[in-house]
Amino acid sequence: MKVTPIQNLGQRATRWVLELGRFTLFTLQVLRISTRIPQRLRRLMDELYGVGVLSLAIVCISGIAVGMVLGLQGYNTLVRFGAEESLGAVVGLSLIRELGPVLTALLVTGRAGSAIAAEISSMVVTQQLDGLRMMSIDPLDLIVAPKALAMVVAMPLLSALFIVLGLGGGYLVGVFFLGVDGGNYLTSLEGAIEFSSDVMGSLIKALVFGVLVALIATYKGVTAEPHSAGVSRATTSTVVIASVSILIFDYFITALWGV
Amino acid sequence: MYHSPVRDLLVGIFVLFGLASIAYLSVSLGGASYRGPGGLELIATFDQVGGLKVRAQVVVGGVKLGQVSAITLDEDLRARVELNIDDQVKLPTDTSASILTAGMLGDQYIELEPGGEEEFLNPGDEIQYTQSALILERMIGKLVQNLGVDSSE
Repeated sequence: MKVTPIQNLGQRATRWVLELGRFTLFTLQVLRISTRIPQRLRRLMDELYGVGVLSLAIVCISGIAVGMVLGLQGYNTLVRFGAEESLGAVVGLSLIRELGPVLTALLVTGRAGSAIAAEISSMVVTQQLDGLRMMSIDPLDLIVAPKALAMVVAMPLLSALFIVLGLGGGYLVGVFFLGVDGGNYLTSLEGAIEFSSDVMGSLIKALVFGVLVALIATYKGVTAEPHSAGVSRATTSTVVIASVSILIFDYFITALWGV
Repeated sequence: MYHSPVRDLLVGIFVLFGLASIAYLSVSLGGASYRGPGGLELIATFDQVGGLKVRAQVVVGGVKLGQVSAITLDEDLRARVELNIDDQVKLPTDTSASILTAGMLGDQYIELEPGGEEEFLNPGDEIQYTQSALILERMIGKLVQNLGVDSSE
């Protein structure tokens, strides 16, 4: 029987809703299992190495580079108004409110999120998850939950490191290369940043992005199709979906809480 | 799985540096520790606070002593500003408060000028003598008006 375009649309919509429902169920399962993590502390430490320590280099280098660029761009704009002593506020506010959490999340998606999806989906291909189930070990408990939780724990830490190194990069360019007074830089930085809105907002953003990347990467890994193209598809769609949702969620967090 | 101690050490260092960064952002930059109670709370009422904001500086003789903790309207529709300053400082009861601007377009802050009374302000007391913020636009407006009057004569 020929499928009409309207039937086709209906099928797509049904599939989309089904996928959303599966993702929600998966989220609830992972949340339930994450409460058991004290018994899996060893696994969490191993995964923190993969997500956190191995992402350190890229996050640190990017943080310094972004801070230096912000210092340069901010200085060039501010100097026109003779306000170059507020360079610290410009660099600090942009890093803490937006660039720190968002760029860190995007970098970690590319570095660690893709690795998680690839690892789990290749376990699906080689039927390792089925093997675990045969030994009555829940793969969500042993494999998925520690990876997801490590991502959630590591993201705020990496984001804070990114911001602090970025502030250092801005200081380097502003004070040593462009001749802004170091004391002015730090005073305007301290004056502009408030704990309750700016710093807390930044940490909440990083935490939400950590949860997003963790769930998307593990879900895409577990539901990968069991062939080699499935691995590449899972990895690619993890990076694409996670990056887009980070940027969309960033808008809504900013709009709703004004951070 | 083999667990290497070096790996655990690296994870530990990573977590430590991350937490240190969060602490630096919160305490040193965000001033999370500075807002604790125990400071001296004073109240000052102004007709006009201009662009004064919560967390603006409160200074005596140019030295920072505290910050503005709240700005509200009282029942007479005047601006009621709460100041939170260092409780080690003893201010005379005839201290005056004025809202000043740092530089031409800078942030506004409150300057306290101690008087000569023997008695000191207690927590919750109101500062009697206040001077409102000067608003640049109004001053320019008046200036232009006056100039207009002068030239028409």
